[in-house]
Amino acid sequence: MSVFDRDPDDQIQVLDADGELVGDLPDLSDSELVALYRHMRLARHFDERAVNLQRQGRMGTYPPLAGQEAAQVGSAMALDDGDWIAPSYREHAAVHVHGLSLSDILLYWMGHGAGGWDTDANVLPAAVPIATQIPHTTGLALASKLRGEDSESPRQTGNAGDAVACAYFGDGATSEGDFHEGLNMAGVFDVPAVFVCNNNGWAISVPRERQTASPTLAGKAAAYGIDGVQVDGMDPLATYAVTRAAVEKARTPGDRSRPTLIEAVQYRFGAHTTADDPTVYRDEAEVEAWRRRDPIPRLERFLRETGRLDDDRIDDIEASIRTQVTEAIDRAEDTPRPNPDRMFADVYAEQSAELRAQQAYLHRLRDRHGDDAFLKE
Amino acid sequence: MSTETQNLTLVQAVRDGLRTEMQRDEDVIVLGEDVGKNGGVFRATEGLYEEFGDDRVIDTPLAESGIVGTSIGMAAYGLRPVPEIQFMGFIYPAFDQIVSHAARLRTRTRGRFTCPMVIRAPYGGGIRAPEHHSESKEAFFVHEPGLKVVIPSTPADTKGLLASAIRDPDPVIFLEPKLIYRAFREDVPTGDHTVPLGEAAVRREGSDVSVYTWGAMTRPTMEAADNLAAEGVDCEVIDLRTLSPLDRETIVDSFEKTGRAAVVHEAPRTGGLGGEITAILQEEALLYQEAPIERITGFDTPVPLYALEDYYLPSPTRIEDGIREVVDFP
Repeated sequence: MSVFDRDPDDQIQVLDADGELVGDLPDLSDSELVALYRHMRLARHFDERAVNLQRQGRMGTYPPLAGQEAAQVGSAMALDDGDWIAPSYREHAAVHVHGLSLSDILLYWMGHGAGGWDTDANVLPAAVPIATQIPHTTGLALASKLRGEDSESPRQTGNAGDAVACAYFGDGATSEGDFHEGLNMAGVFDVPAVFVCNNNGWAISVPRERQTASPTLAGKAAAYGIDGVQVDGMDPLATYAVTRAAVEKARTPGDRSRPTLIEAVQYRFGAHTTADDPTVYRDEAEVEAWRRRDPIPRLERFLRETGRLDDDRIDDIEASIRTQVTEAIDRAEDTPRPNPDRMFADVYAEQSAELRAQQAYLHRLRDRHGDDAFLKE
Repeated sequence: MSTETQNLTLVQAVRDGLRTEMQRDEDVIVLGEDVGKNGGVFRATEGLYEEFGDDRVIDTPLAESGIVGTSIGMAAYGLRPVPEIQFMGFIYPAFDQIVSHAARLRTRTRGRFTCPMVIRAPYGGGIRAPEHHSESKEAFFVHEPGLKVVIPSTPADTKGLLASAIRDPDPVIFLEPKLIYRAFREDVPTGDHTVPLGEAAVRREGSDVSVYTWGAMTRPTMEAADNLAAEGVDCEVIDLRTLSPLDRETIVDSFEKTGRAAVVHEAPRTGGLGGEITAILQEEALLYQEAPIERITGFDTPVPLYALEDYYLPSPTRIEDGIREVVDFP
């Protein structure tokens, strides 16, 4: 039975909370399965270090992801290189899997504009207003469909016309107009898009029950005439399998609508951002209950019991991700503050006379007073 | 460039501009509400659906944010979407997409992804329309870095500026003065025709006072200038055409010649472009100034329903009065 022929509340699971195989193992090689595990471990460690950097004043406000590793890594691994991601501001793991470097991700949260744009990865910048990336995804997918497979690759995409576009957003985003407008158009135009809702039950302090009276978020897909699937978002094999099925359906026009809304039911262990204190509105017992479904030990148990991982390999992975994250932090922190001229670059393809004048004015001020006169630290 | 011309209204020039650019570049895609089979509520896209098909002229669901947001994704992918917002008064649902994403995609990605798109919208009052059909809120978009804002006032400029906007690598807000969509005809070059963005046009040369205006207000301003000429007042009328970036050089040069200035716009006065133009003249040509600069504008009220809109819009009489204040000073 296709993953799409299910009720919206019939949650897909491949591994149960104890790491027992309860569904069909997706078509992943042993090394891909280990890579999935490694990416999740990396994301968890990166996240811990990032929160610490913020606490130490070495980084600005940061939105943690711990708890979402399975949904982000599993889904991103189901995309092909030429596919697109339109992330919210929390998909550090998904965009890293899709090609953004860890140091570029850190630099963005350290207040540099750089944020990964020297790569070839098809990843839009983080969307900070809620749900705005959803219509972008529809547009990317519509462009992909209009281009067709045999058209010339556009400069900025590096891929021809069969790319799939994948949006990530939270449960709060499903209340926004852009969610409705984007999914509605995706259905009308039958575009190759996948919409992944990381439903962690909370939009900052407002619970999912106050976002919508719909019994499930996956069920909202019916309103747009597209498939909606609910998956255990803390099961990496299930999120991979569902996303892969959605990507393949998107790429291959057929009887079914090409877009899919995936509701990945999960829990984010930490705060909304480092500026948020969830103890004000969230019960610690709730967090502990969800910790028992933590995706990382769950996959680890499965991989150990099936002989794909052992202590030595896990130690190797642990050591390598620590080195990788430390190196990324060093690289980010060693990156000098951008030249103020950066502010005036890339506002337009060709700088206006007025903008040139304003840039020259800042030059004169810096010459006169020195950069120290401008900087708080 | 072709020397052949066609005698077109302004709205026909919109269509001719779209058609010419769509023939030139297959990446140009027109989308919006009723733009396809219906040819647009003002007929601005008439015939394009038949000529280019439903892959190039796309009727969308009724969803302004979705239309603009989808266009941003298409532009990032490498197409050149030209979304239509049916009336400027309906652009607000898309405001977030325009200012948060279209305007900033180039900056935020250091030029890796760009947003070459033209958002077309009929703007302005005077056609006895219902509420939310008469807005002139160009200042919102002029205030946003990363956008260009263009308002033509003649058919030939409409075609030429629209072509330049579509070829421009950055997002352009292209506002069409619907009051004069069919008010007059003009010879418009057939085929390829561009008018550069960022350059104002001197519609009437004069020595006594510089009058700055754009879009639908250009005609009552010209009428006022003609009437004042009979009284011996020689107005120079500058049609700004592009509001962002402003053609500061033409604005300042004219003022240095005349020493007196008035600005005419139908948008509300407070925070309108009249204030910006006044500031430019203060900064760059203060010592040429011989009189306070007059602003002849809409009022700081919602555009009234049509029983009162003639009082709201600057008329030739109101414009003449304002200009007389300037030339009679002290």
